[in-house]
Amino acid sequence: MKLYLKVWRQENRASKGDMVSYVVEGISEHMSFLEMLDLLNERLIQKGERVIEFDHDCGEGICGACGMMINGRAHGPLSGTTTCQLHMRSFKDGETVYIEPFRAAAFPVLRDLKIDRSGFDHIIQSGGYISASTGQAPESNSIPIAHETTEAAFDAAACIGCGACVATCKNSSAALFTSAKISHLILLPQGKLEAADRVIKMVSQMDAEGFGHCSNTEACEVECPQEISVLHIGRMNYQYNKALILRK
Amino acid sequence: MIDAKIPEGNLAEKWSNYKDSSKLINPANRKKLDVIVVGTGLAGSSCAATLAEQGYNIKSFCFQDSARRAHSVAAQGGVNAAKNYKNDGDSVYRMFYDTIKGGDFRSREANVYRLAECSLALIDQAVAQGVPFAREYGGYLNNRSFGGVQVSRTFYARGQTGQQLMIGAYQALMRQVSAGKVKTYTRHEMLDLVMVDGKARGIIARNLETGEIERHSANAVVLATGGYGKVYYLSTLAMGCNTSAIWRAHKKGALMSGVSWIQFHPTCLPQIGETQSKLTLMSESLRNDGRIWVPKKAGDDRVLNDIPEEERDYYLERRYPTFGNLSPRDISSRAAKERIDAGCGVGPMKNAVCLDFSKAIKEQSLAKIEEKYGNLFRMYDKINGVDAYKEPMLISPAAHFTMGGLWVDYNLMTTIPGLFALGEANFSDHGANRLGANSLLQSCVDGYFIAPYTIPNYLSGEIKAEKVTTDHPAFAEAEKVVREQLERFLNLKGRISADHFHKTLGKLLYDKCGLSRTKESLEQAIVEIKALKRSFDYELKITGDDQVNSELEKAGRVSDFLKLGELMCYDALQREESCGAHFREEYQTADGEAVRNDEDFCYVSAWEWKGEGEQPELHKEPLVFDTVKLIVRSYK
Repeated sequence: MKLYLKVWRQENRASKGDMVSYVVEGISEHMSFLEMLDLLNERLIQKGERVIEFDHDCGEGICGACGMMINGRAHGPLSGTTTCQLHMRSFKDGETVYIEPFRAAAFPVLRDLKIDRSGFDHIIQSGGYISASTGQAPESNSIPIAHETTEAAFDAAACIGCGACVATCKNSSAALFTSAKISHLILLPQGKLEAADRVIKMVSQMDAEGFGHCSNTEACEVECPQEISVLHIGRMNYQYNKALILRK
Repeated sequence: MIDAKIPEGNLAEKWSNYKDSSKLINPANRKKLDVIVVGTGLAGSSCAATLAEQGYNIKSFCFQDSARRAHSVAAQGGVNAAKNYKNDGDSVYRMFYDTIKGGDFRSREANVYRLAECSLALIDQAVAQGVPFAREYGGYLNNRSFGGVQVSRTFYARGQTGQQLMIGAYQALMRQVSAGKVKTYTRHEMLDLVMVDGKARGIIARNLETGEIERHSANAVVLATGGYGKVYYLSTLAMGCNTSAIWRAHKKGALMSGVSWIQFHPTCLPQIGETQSKLTLMSESLRNDGRIWVPKKAGDDRVLNDIPEEERDYYLERRYPTFGNLSPRDISSRAAKERIDAGCGVGPMKNAVCLDFSKAIKEQSLAKIEEKYGNLFRMYDKINGVDAYKEPMLISPAAHFTMGGLWVDYNLMTTIPGLFALGEANFSDHGANRLGANSLLQSCVDGYFIAPYTIPNYLSGEIKAEKVTTDHPAFAEAEKVVREQLERFLNLKGRISADHFHKTLGKLLYDKCGLSRTKESLEQAIVEIKALKRSFDYELKITGDDQVNSELEKAGRVSDFLKLGELMCYDALQREESCGAHFREEYQTADGEAVRNDEDFCYVSAWEWKGEGEQPELHKEPLVFDTVKLIVRSYK
C-alpha cells in the first residue's frame, strides 16, 4: 500500500511549523499507524534527515502517551481507539493522510507531533485525589460499595489523560478530563468528604491553565478513546454550583 | 560473600522485628534530607509519595511526559493479597508458599514472606485512594484466581488493574507535589549515577526536551525503573522501557542477579510481520475461562472452528491435569513452544496456539463473558480485526517480565550504600518465575510499605553527614562521561539505525537465550553479541540534533541493552540447571520437565561488572530454606 502523508514539522516551542509531504510505499495493512511512521522514520534516517518526533509508549491504548490528529480527527478514523491501536487496514491505497499534533493553547508543541500536556498534571495536583496517606487506610471490606457504584466510578476513572478531548473541542476545553476525575472520586464514599473543595480547585486550575470553556458540543465524547460520557461534565457543573452556593 | 541482612527471628516475625528495631528520624530532621526517585511507576510513585508524606524532600524523575504513563499502567489482570475473602483456605503462609514454589525455590524466604504479609495492607491502601476494584452485589470486594494457585486471591479492576493502581499512586504523588514535598522532572532520563566516597549521592539526567545535562544531588537514590524485557525488542513492554538506569548503576558497582530469568507470558498476540514493534499482552485472567488447544495433527490447515473436538489437543489439561489451563506462566509458555516447535502451531506464521471461549460461553452465557473480559475482546478485535467470541483467539508466548535485576538485600538496598532498587528493577521476590498478579503487588509493597521503613533507616546515618552539593568533582566527572557518549553518538557517521541493532539483538537473544537455552547456543550468542556491539560502536547512524531526539535516546538504551544481553548469556551459561523461566535443554526429564539442581545451584548469582571487554565476576548468595522443604515443582 502507498500513502501520501502531510506531516506537521516544527523545530521547537518558539518556531513556526509547516506541513511537509512524504510518500510512503510498502505499507502492510497489518502495521499499526505508528509502525507506519517508524517505517518512514527509518527511511528518513537513511537519507540523513531528522526523524518525525511523536510521543508513544505502551502500544496498548492505556498509557495515553500517543495522540495525533489524523485527517482532522483525534486518534484517527476509528472510535474508541488510540493512535497506537489504529491499524493501516483502516486506510486505502493511494490515500492522502494529514497528520498534525493535538492543538490547544494549553498544549504547546515541543517538536513535530510532541506536545506539552503538563496542564493535565496541574489539574490533578490542584485536587484530583483522595487525601489518604500511606498507613491511614481502614480494612478494605469495612466500607461496602455497591457493584453499580464501583462500575460507574470505574467508567470515569478509565480516562487515560491523552488529551483527545481537548484537541477535538473547538474551545480547547478540558471539561471532559476534569469532570471524569471529579466523577470518579465523588461517586465513591471515600471521595465525598473533599468533594466541594476539590471541584472548586480543579475547575479554577482548569481555567488557569488556559483551557477553554465547555459549550456542550459533545465532540469530546465522540473522540475519547475510552468513550467517557459527557454526563460527567453535567455532574461537574452541578457539583461546582452546589459547592459555590454552600461555600461558607 | 554478600550479606542479605535478613533480620533475626521466626519467619513470621522477621519484618515486625525489623520495624521494631529500625532507626527513626524526628520530623524536624526529615526535611533536611533529600531523596531522588527515578521512575514513576507503581514502585516509584508510591515510594516518592510515601516518603514525602513522612516529610522528606523528593525529586521524582521519569522519561515520559507525565508520571501517570509509566508502564505499570498497562498491567491488566490483578493484584494478589492473602485476605481470604473467599474463605477458600488462603493465608499469608499459603501465599508465601505458592510464591516460593512458583519461583522454583530460587528466592529468599524472608523477602517472600514479607511480600505476602504486606499484601493485606496494600488492598486497604488502594481502596482508600479510590481504586475501583471489582465488587460483588453485596458491596464487598470480589476475587478471581490466577495461574499457579488453587485459591482466589486476585483483586482486579476489570482488565485494567494496573491502570487503576497506577492512577491511585500517581494521584498520591500529585498530592505531594501540591504540598511542595515532591518536585517532578518529567521528560528527564537518568544517564548516570554519581557516587561520592562509595555512596550513591546523585544522578546526571538529560532533559529530553532541551537536551540540557543536569546534576542532581541527594542523600539517597532510588531506582524504580522497571524491567528490561524490551532487550528482546519484541515484547509486551512499552517502547520506552529500558535498562539504562540500572545498567549504569551496575557499571558503578551495583551487582545484578537473575539476569537471564525473564518470563515469557503465555497469552500474548503472536508476531505477524517483520515491521512489528510490539507483542500485545492479553491478560492471564482469560485463562480462567478460556481453554488452550492446538490441532492434534501437525500442519493442520483447516479453519479452526471446523476442527472437531476429538482432533484438538488441550495440551495443558492433558499434561497438567491438576492446574490445567491455569498452570504457571513458565510451564504454559514452554508447553506452547513445545507444540509450536512440533509443527502444531496455528495462524498465518504457525507460531500461535488457540485460546477458546466456546465452552465458557455455552456454560455461562455470552453476556457473562462480555462483562468479565469485554475490553480484552475489543482490544483483540481492534488489533486483528477478528471477533473472538466467534472463533478462538490466537496467542503465543512473548517476553514480559524480568525476575532479574539489581541485587538488593532485605532493605532493598543494592551493593552500593544509599542506592535502593524497587519493583521490577530489583531481583528480590519472584525467584526464577513470577506468579500472575504478584508484580503489581511487589511494586506497590516495595514502594508503600517497605522502602518507607528501610530508606529512613539508612538516612538516619545521613543527618550528620557532610552535605554533598553538585559542585563536587564526582558530578563533573560523571557529567563528562555522559556528554562524551552523547557527542560520540551524534558524530558517528555510520549507516545503521539504533532500531536495526535492537531488532538484531532481540532476535539473537530470543533464539539463543529465550524460552530455552543450551550451552552451545549461549556460547554462540556471546560471540555474536560482542560482534554486534563492535558494529554498533562504528556503524550506528543518528540524525537530528541534541534537543528533542528520540533516535539519540534509543542509541543510549540500545548500547546498554547490548551489554546487558551479553551478561544475560553469561548468567544463563553458568547456571547448569533448569529452574523456572531458565530452561537449559540439557537439564530436563524424559517428558520435558525442568530438572533443578539444588545440590550445586541453590544460590542467587550476583554479577559484578569488571570493565569493558572483561568477563563479569560471579558472587553467590546462598539460599537458606528454614521453613519450606525443597521439592520438585509439579503442577501435574
